[in-house]
Amino acid sequence: MENLKANLTLDATGLACPMPIVKTKKAMNSLEPGQVLEIQATDKGSKADMKAWAESSGHQYLGTIEEGKVLKHYLHKSSNDESMEKKHQKVIHNEELEKSLEINKNIVLIDVREYAEYAFNHIPNAISIPLGELEGKLNELNKEDEIYVVCRTGNRSDLAAQKLTENGFTYVVNVVPGMSQWNGETTGIID
Amino acid sequence: MTIQAMTAQEVTMKVFNKEELFIVDVRNESDFKDWKIEGENFEHINTPYFELLDGVEEMIKEIPTHKEVLVVCAKEGSSVMVAEMLSDYGVDVFYLKGGMKAWSEHIEPVKVGDLDDGGEMYQFVRVGKGCLSYMVVSDGEAAVIDATRMTDIYLDFAISKGAKITNVFDTHLHADHISGGRTIAEKTGAAYWLPPKDATEVTFDYSPLEDGHDVVIGNTTISIAALYSPGHTIGSTSFVVGNKFLLSGDILFIDSIGRPDLAGMAEDWVGDLRETLYERYRQLSEELIVLPAHFMIIDELNEDGSVSERLGTLFTNNHGLRIENETEFRHLVTENLPPQPHAFQEIREVNMGKISPDLEQQREMEIGPNRCAVR
Repeated sequence: MENLKANLTLDATGLACPMPIVKTKKAMNSLEPGQVLEIQATDKGSKADMKAWAESSGHQYLGTIEEGKVLKHYLHKSSNDESMEKKHQKVIHNEELEKSLEINKNIVLIDVREYAEYAFNHIPNAISIPLGELEGKLNELNKEDEIYVVCRTGNRSDLAAQKLTENGFTYVVNVVPGMSQWNGETTGIID
Repeated sequence: MTIQAMTAQEVTMKVFNKEELFIVDVRNESDFKDWKIEGENFEHINTPYFELLDGVEEMIKEIPTHKEVLVVCAKEGSSVMVAEMLSDYGVDVFYLKGGMKAWSEHIEPVKVGDLDDGGEMYQFVRVGKGCLSYMVVSDGEAAVIDATRMTDIYLDFAISKGAKITNVFDTHLHADHISGGRTIAEKTGAAYWLPPKDATEVTFDYSPLEDGHDVVIGNTTISIAALYSPGHTIGSTSFVVGNKFLLSGDILFIDSIGRPDLAGMAEDWVGDLRETLYERYRQLSEELIVLPAHFMIIDELNEDGSVSERLGTLFTNNHGLRIENETEFRHLVTENLPPQPHAFQEIREVNMGKISPDLEQQREMEIGPNRCAVR
């Protein structure tokens, strides 16, 4: 199993409803926006409730991995970046990227969301480099490549695109709006 | 203020007696939409418990002061939490003991009538899921038909009547609930009867039910006559008990008819279903009291909580028996089908003996309404 690198892991095993959600709510409050929480629970009903609670509270439910009797739920804490102004000039819309991917299989596509977000649902062949780790991995990338950067809503990828440009990358394109509205092919852990 | 438990049995009595009850259902919205506690004079509000973690202030104004209030969730825990929060505001509240799981499993025996020579017919109403099973008692012997997996209730009931269970029947291979037939037969040494056409894949021994076959219960010859009546499944069988009752399985209900698609053969079995309902049943006495294996809506319950009707009355009132045009009939039972029951494929496999899930898994499979009918 690949490491999904949650920022915090909550043990709710052996607890019955409502405790898994009560504890999740508390744990979410202690996280920074954009961070990922892993909840380990044994209550079967926790999956549907986790999904519904995340929806009603504005967080993103990423998915659940079943390991024996333990359900590992992954939630991404909502960030208020939706209204942020995007600064990187060169953008491509989801649909256009989808077409380009069909034609050119060698496109370098970097997904800058957190590992857990990427793990459950991403575009095939996209490389996972969370925004926070980009700086340290610049030398793994080729400055002359055409590089496309994607995240959930186009904001983290905007920051990533700026960072790449500052570091001398010549052809960097931000994918908008990003995975939240991606209708093309995806892959990931089957939930 | 204090909170009190209300049992599934107490709620069942309120359904039977058409009492008022205000239900605060704190499960998530999709579960509530799928399946809830229904009673003629029950009112509901649905707010998931996880939206009430910061308080119930918003909800207080919706709670009536002149009615009993029952908080309901899946297993009990969340309903206790919300009930306590409501009681902090001075509201007297109950929570459902054991939650919807207990509601799904509660069974209430109701006597539906006497048979000649001193026999009795009992209906076991599983009110939360709409399943009906039966016990025929006669002179120290008993037969159980379409038993649920809550087998203790039948075993205990037979003991209370001083009767030994000698024969166990399933009218067909069920797709909506796990049968208790095999377990009861194993525990009592009774014969377990199944229609052979539904039992081609079963992994255990059974006695084959054949058309026209009679089984005698008690010394007083209460005969159970098997009537081959395909349509819901290919092997579906009805029973005529003591020339008085017609146990119609999932072929004919009070306000609807069986659906032919749960074993994957809707198109093939439409003709059989029509022949059973429009020809074979027509040859029976209209005075027979129809006892189905399900009810769908709470309106089908009689005053005493039982579910039954004269066959002749159903010929007049049941829409599914009054469609003259065969094409229209075909259309009704193949195209307007409601969603299929939760986990029906797995339930069929359990009933064939192919898989043996633990109790918790069995409960999960059975969650929700039965959905065996078309209307």
